[in-house]
Amino acid sequence: MANPPYKWISQRVRVREDRRFLTGQGRYVGDIRLAGMLEVAVLASPYAHALIKSIDVEDAIKQPGVVLAITGADLARDTDPIPQFLDLPRVRWYSLATDRVRFAGEGVAAVVATSRAAAEDALDFIKVEYEPLPALADPEAAMAPGAPVLHPDHGSNIAWQGAWTWGDVDGDFRRADRVVKTRLRWSRHSGVPLETFGTVAAWNSRLELLDVWASHQAPALSAQISTVLRFPSNRIRIHADLDVGGSYGAKRGQKQIALTTYLAMRTRRPLRYLEDRLENMAAGDGHGPDRVFDAELALSRTGECLSLRLHTVDDVGAYVGRGPLQIAKCITAIVGPYRIGSVRYSGLAVMTNKTNQNPYRGFGQSPHNFVLERLMDMAATELGLDRVEIRRRNLIPPEAFPYLIPSGSRYDSGDYPAVLDKALALAAYPNLLRFQAEARSQGRCIGIGIAACIEPSGANTAFFALMNPKHKTSLVPEGARVGVDSRGKITVAIGFASTGQSHETMVSQVIAEVMDIAPEEVAVIRADSLAGIPSVPPTGSRMSLMLSGAVLGAAQKILAKMKRIAAHNLGVDPETVEYAGGVFRRKDGSGAGLAFAEVALIAHTRKHQMPPDMEGGLSELYVMEVPGGGHLPDVAGRMQSYPAYTFSVHIPVVEVNPRTGEVRFLDYFAAHDCGTPIHPDIVEGMVYGGIAQGIGAALFEKFVYAEDGQFLSSTFMDYLLPSANEIPPIKMVEHVTPGPHHPFGAKGTAEGGYLTAPAAVASAVEDALSPLGVRVTELPMTPALLLALIGNGRRR
Amino acid sequence: MGKERLVTIRVNGQPVEAQVEPRRSLLDFLREDAGLTGTHTGCEHGICGTCTVLVDGEAVRSCLMLAVQANGRDVFTVEGLARGEKLHPLQESFWKHHALQCGYCTPGMLIAAYDLLKRNPSPTEAQVRDALAGNICRCTGYVQIVEGVLEAAANLREKAETPHGEPSV
Ligand code: FES
Ligand code: FES
Repeated sequence: MANPPYKWISQRVRVREDRRFLTGQGRYVGDIRLAGMLEVAVLASPYAHALIKSIDVEDAIKQPGVVLAITGADLARDTDPIPQFLDLPRVRWYSLATDRVRFAGEGVAAVVATSRAAAEDALDFIKVEYEPLPALADPEAAMAPGAPVLHPDHGSNIAWQGAWTWGDVDGDFRRADRVVKTRLRWSRHSGVPLETFGTVAAWNSRLELLDVWASHQAPALSAQISTVLRFPSNRIRIHADLDVGGSYGAKRGQKQIALTTYLAMRTRRPLRYLEDRLENMAAGDGHGPDRVFDAELALSRTGECLSLRLHTVDDVGAYVGRGPLQIAKCITAIVGPYRIGSVRYSGLAVMTNKTNQNPYRGFGQSPHNFVLERLMDMAATELGLDRVEIRRRNLIPPEAFPYLIPSGSRYDSGDYPAVLDKALALAAYPNLLRFQAEARSQGRCIGIGIAACIEPSGANTAFFALMNPKHKTSLVPEGARVGVDSRGKITVAIGFASTGQSHETMVSQVIAEVMDIAPEEVAVIRADSLAGIPSVPPTGSRMSLMLSGAVLGAAQKILAKMKRIAAHNLGVDPETVEYAGGVFRRKDGSGAGLAFAEVALIAHTRKHQMPPDMEGGLSELYVMEVPGGGHLPDVAGRMQSYPAYTFSVHIPVVEVNPRTGEVRFLDYFAAHDCGTPIHPDIVEGMVYGGIAQGIGAALFEKFVYAEDGQFLSSTFMDYLLPSANEIPPIKMVEHVTPGPHHPFGAKGTAEGGYLTAPAAVASAVEDALSPLGVRVTELPMTPALLLALIGNGRRR
Repeated sequence: MGKERLVTIRVNGQPVEAQVEPRRSLLDFLREDAGLTGTHTGCEHGICGTCTVLVDGEAVRSCLMLAVQANGRDVFTVEGLARGEKLHPLQESFWKHHALQCGYCTPGMLIAAYDLLKRNPSPTEAQVRDALAGNICRCTGYVQIVEGVLEAAANLREKAETPHGEPSV
């Protein structure tokens, strides 16, 4: 990629993290070895909904190797409930059920023993008496009058409901020439990282603090543990020098961490709880959104989108973690890339007998985009317009930026038509249409999909307050500390664990760019939670903006200080000094210079050569704040939330076998604009990976529950993950509209592939089967679903 | 639980001896007894491929084999690929193409690719995809992995090297 202004930014430098992973030296939570470490196993409820009449762990405690066995009663006595993100004082959530189980697989007791095998053996000796209750596996059934209630103290299964109207929605619908209307189903699926969730916790009696290693991606973890254990947060040390085996938003592990840290405090022994795959799938609280949508789009005769009405019912599971807040995230880009003048958005979060919903890549933006793009395809069909043309007519034009959407966000920049054109050119669209027409005449079901998508990036969680007014987050900081030692060597400390986005490499590139050295010369470490680096882990496609901004800010503070030292020694004004190629010298080039290392040595050891008012040493923390943030939503629910907006267009080409319902990819084209890519390989990898997860969501992945609440997708034989045979080679083209909120013009990029692909693949499959009268309104499009739709279409 | 047995398994050329319960998987033996944590646990039911190793030269899911079954045999893991600081050509090309993100599937992916190139030094893209179809990656969408394997194959052919990093049996 041509990028003349930069030496290291946008270059394909070696990804420094890769080496440790390639040589088997990644350090994941399951690789941590502490002397005398014990293991935890949890007894799971066989019922989806039942009262616990009695529970007895006495025999389990007598088994070989067992150190401790506890039940929910221990937790209710010794700890506070796990913090939830909605304001629900009467929904009490503990790591183990107390008096009632609310989903199949929920833990009712835990055993600590010398090995996992010994702990699991002992589970067989726990006696539990249950009184089964009717279970709920459907959110709409859970709202019906007379439905069994999961949390009787709360009084109903509705955890939250709300509605917002931005603009003259009713007027726009009255003025519309055409209204398209549909009901859509987005099924439960998730990131399903190959590494399950795990925690190691150990009471450190030497330092009198609790050491924690967890495979997590959870903001404010120390605060949460502190609340649950009623223990000061500055005596909980969360280690970030840990590799997480994939997260994609899903690894929050609130109850798993609460349980493990409690057991470590209680036994004062090092121990670990590593979920097995069954626990992870059935009870890991890692499932994504699970929604029913009712959507209506008002249009003019010429296909201009006037207004959107959208209602969603979200099945959030048995307790309320962070998952339900995903309902509100899409408000930050509620109209997608289109000029839609007014919007009414309403929703309900409903509790059912399933494991908790948690965030998944994009925090609800992928289902929202699925809705918008389904509506666009429907509108094209209704109005007899081409599917590309109707999108083109509604795309926000490049001259309209910054563009204010009805719900209050100002999109920063973009050239959506240019990206659309690049996608069409990459796909050789006219040829594709000819190929399709020919193949159709031979009876083949070839489909071309099209979807456009906005990826909000930079993570500003001000929208939390829309669903919980007590949740006043107007600051989502990211810090980095840059230190230069007395030899002039640079080390950067960041405050979160690796989850695969190669941030150490990005940090080294930013430093290399600013300090004019090679990236290999920069050391990057991951500081623990007591090291004083404000950090929110990689959520909301934020790090290319926020972490690089933090590192840049700290590096510039260091350089400014070094310039002053250099100027002092050169006997000139700091304003007249510049830094380049490892030397501080006068801007006019006259006189001698001072080498970087010399200035560093002065800063560390030679007070007599420093400006008198200056602090010694070279160590600077910079805390990056979200550009345009700092505010809560206004009374109408409007807010500037995420600061930077990435844009993509996908064009998949599929062939559907109408006899088997099998979908095969012939091609997959993607055009993508995330501003300046800091590292093209890393950006491409995340887009490809997101597309693969989007294809999984579109065709294969679903957490299935039986009507009685039993969980049916607990293995990889039931929950299908796409392999290299299902994911096609993906062809991608970049466009660069520099982001105005970042010094290098970067925007976020980690979510866009997954935000766009489900909609694009749905569009392709519907197009393939349109001669058979098929409309796609539900994902995943399994062979069984497609055969049923083909059958219905034929009957029509 | 059963009586413990003494097993000796050669791992990357080094004999490892341990007392294990008959139910201990080869995967747990490698991770817990041999202390080689490069081989990872993904599903423990034979689908994801993260635990792939070679046993007597054949690719095996170590979660589905018992340590006692591997007694007296030769096991090859990701830790055996590099020669000191010198990376194996597959590791080099994976690195060049950034064929990984979180790294969790990577050791199993490398061993599966290694196994393929041993059997077929000149695979087509479709053959690479087919050979890796038993190894799930949740991060990469496979594009850069396939590129990495194809380039490693070309490099190995050019240098007329055998892909063997395995110590001779
Ligand atoms: S852990 Fe062995 S195949 Fe998944
Ligand atoms: S790199 Fe993360 S699963 Fe493959």
